[in-house]
Amino acid sequence: MRVALFVTCVNDALYPATGVAVVRLLERLGVDVDFPAGQSCCGQPQYNTGYRYETEPLLRRTAAAFAGYPYVVTPSGSCAAMLREHYPRIGRRAAAEGRGSELAELADALAPRVYELTEFLVDVLGVTDVGAYFPHTVTYHPSCHGLRSLRLGDRPRRLLAAVKGLDLVELPQAEECCGFGGTFAVKNPDVSAAMGADKLRHARATGAEVLCGADNSCLTHLGGMLRRQDAPLRTLHIAEILAATQEEPAR
Amino acid sequence: MTTDGRGRGGGRAFLGMPRARVGGGGRAAGEDRAAGDGRAAGDGRVAGRARAGGEDPAAFPPFPEAARAAVRDERLRANLRHATSTIRDKRARAVGELADWDRLRAAGKAVKDHTLRHLDHYLLQLEEAVTAAGGTVHWAADAAEACRVVTALVRATGEREVVKVKSMATQEIGLDEALEAAGVAAYETDLAELIVQLGRDRPSHILVPAIHRNRAEIRDLFRTEMGRWGRPAPADLDDTPAALAEAARLHLREKFLRAKVGISGANFMVAETGTLVVVESEGNGRMCLTLPETLISVVGIEKVVPTFRDLEIFLQTLPRSSTAERMNPYTTMWTGTTDGDGPSAFHLVLLDNGRTDTLADEVGRQALRCIRCSACLNVCPVYERAGGHAYGSVYPGPIGAVLTPQLRGTDSGIDASLPFASTLCGACYDVCPVAIDIPEVLVHLRERIVQGGPVTRGGVRVRIRPARGHAAERAAVRAARRLLDRPGALRAGERLLARARRLGFRPHRLPGPGRAWTETRDLPGAPAEPFRDWWARERGG
Repeated sequence: MRVALFVTCVNDALYPATGVAVVRLLERLGVDVDFPAGQSCCGQPQYNTGYRYETEPLLRRTAAAFAGYPYVVTPSGSCAAMLREHYPRIGRRAAAEGRGSELAELADALAPRVYELTEFLVDVLGVTDVGAYFPHTVTYHPSCHGLRSLRLGDRPRRLLAAVKGLDLVELPQAEECCGFGGTFAVKNPDVSAAMGADKLRHARATGAEVLCGADNSCLTHLGGMLRRQDAPLRTLHIAEILAATQEEPAR
Repeated sequence: MTTDGRGRGGGRAFLGMPRARVGGGGRAAGEDRAAGDGRAAGDGRVAGRARAGGEDPAAFPPFPEAARAAVRDERLRANLRHATSTIRDKRARAVGELADWDRLRAAGKAVKDHTLRHLDHYLLQLEEAVTAAGGTVHWAADAAEACRVVTALVRATGEREVVKVKSMATQEIGLDEALEAAGVAAYETDLAELIVQLGRDRPSHILVPAIHRNRAEIRDLFRTEMGRWGRPAPADLDDTPAALAEAARLHLREKFLRAKVGISGANFMVAETGTLVVVESEGNGRMCLTLPETLISVVGIEKVVPTFRDLEIFLQTLPRSSTAERMNPYTTMWTGTTDGDGPSAFHLVLLDNGRTDTLADEVGRQALRCIRCSACLNVCPVYERAGGHAYGSVYPGPIGAVLTPQLRGTDSGIDASLPFASTLCGACYDVCPVAIDIPEVLVHLRERIVQGGPVTRGGVRVRIRPARGHAAERAAVRAARRLLDRPGALRAGERLLARARRLGFRPHRLPGPGRAWTETRDLPGAPAEPFRDWWARERGG
């Protein structure tokens, strides 16, 4: 099986270890991974801030980069939601504005092939035990786009629960947003920080060593606050836990 | 009690704070409301104030500024956290009981969409039915016209005071203030509205306007203020729900028995029969709708539904979504007038006030489906921390953030900041009983603000310019797009970043807009190389 990795710009520039983990994990499961070099940013921050027109060239670029791949897998719920939900919406808006159906066609051809990582593992590969080993106490924060746009449900938690050595503890009020929200974090910094502080208070109360998520952008916000707390808790992307083995432990 | 705003648990402890609720409010005619206006910002309240013709957006600071004060107000945070989390859990249980919730939600959406698409038809049908049943229909294009109509109707009765059912529409147009200016005292009779009125305060929630107050604050308010408006509270009043409710009940009873004019909104208007519906919990609405000789109802034009049977849907979804009740305690319906039963004169004022303009926007119009249940406020993590006053409008929370900038426009600082007052987490969309995709509308309105675009104002299609204050951001987004659209340039940028961080460049504080990030958060650590370099080296891509 051949899949294209959409690593996302945040992971490419700031969290390459997450991208490497996805490659190792998928290859271990017998998947042939490709990384189309033409990929860039999906345009989510721009789109969500109101710059729809600035997003259109990135839609074209992303659609071209992944043309022909039956599966496009990405370790980010919000970027997956961007490609799956918002790209078709951008296409429809362009058509409604009398600018032709090109964007809509590109978006509609791409959207059904896009999978968030845990969704791909559980729904397409049909696995929950990916053969990982991670001897730590972990709590999981389901980021909003994964939870409410993609409806990932308990897929990430099922994958984590099957990891050898891993002790999964439930995060109180897990479904509440962490307060990141893209540019919200800088446009409304006080509310953002208050939400982040509450999320971390809940996470620390679990006694877990690792706060796991499936979206590094949320973890950048939470991890950035954590580093000022001197807490016995660190953030880690789910791909890095699922890729970890006894021979090759996570960072 | 409710109205547009809708019922709340009378005497039930459904929302942490005001627990007991009964109704009522009072304020002497002609009192200078502005006098008591200088509330300390420390308790989360902001300076703006309703005025005749609606609130003045210029009186409110932009959302982030107002929210900053609210976030630091520990008492407000505690009141809101307790109240919203309680109702949130109860709503989830009440909705979970219905196996066909998703279908009710889809049906409600479909009925509202159909009605909005044929709004002209249904409004005319409604007018005909109300007129045939003995009522009089007035059309008001904006807040000022609605206030003029109502004021003239009250004056024609010769009365100097009116009792009011809780109504979002009359708050939206600043009716109490308009009546006051005309020498008419308007007594709010919903318990929470009474609390707001006695405190010369602003409502902070659609359903529970005094949600920012706790019981001890309410007891103090009753003790010091009630006597100035009518029957005083007992000197030994304590803060138990039953005692507070009883004090309000006795205070309001005087008003109910004396008033000759009642003013309400409505939750629904049925086009085929001309029937108006008010859903409430306290019974004050029933009093105001039945005891006075003259009843005046001010209702937004989007509140019409085609048939009586359509109520089957909304009378299930509204109470469960708002008070988490299977059925609200009081549902009052009236059709025109009936000899010897209830008011002998009934006036319906149909209010536009920006609704037709909103209807012209194909993305934004879904906000007109709103039935004012306030479920979106209760699940919103931003509302919970910022409080309702930060939204600078009678419509706070997620629905306010999409409704207010459409009804009022986006010229003011507060209105242009509202669409950004959300993380787009989607919790509001999930609970909305008429499936308003609030995040979609928020993004749409953000676009209007940063890019400008076509809008309808006063029935005329115009193109608005981008809002001020976004020029630097626009330039940055454009520059970023040029970088991101060229992987060669992107790769060079990523390598530069990695090299800078390897050399120890890791600022604790960033300048300019980046400061908002580093105030509370560290920057992520620097990777040795970007992912694409690892791939090229390891996989030979």
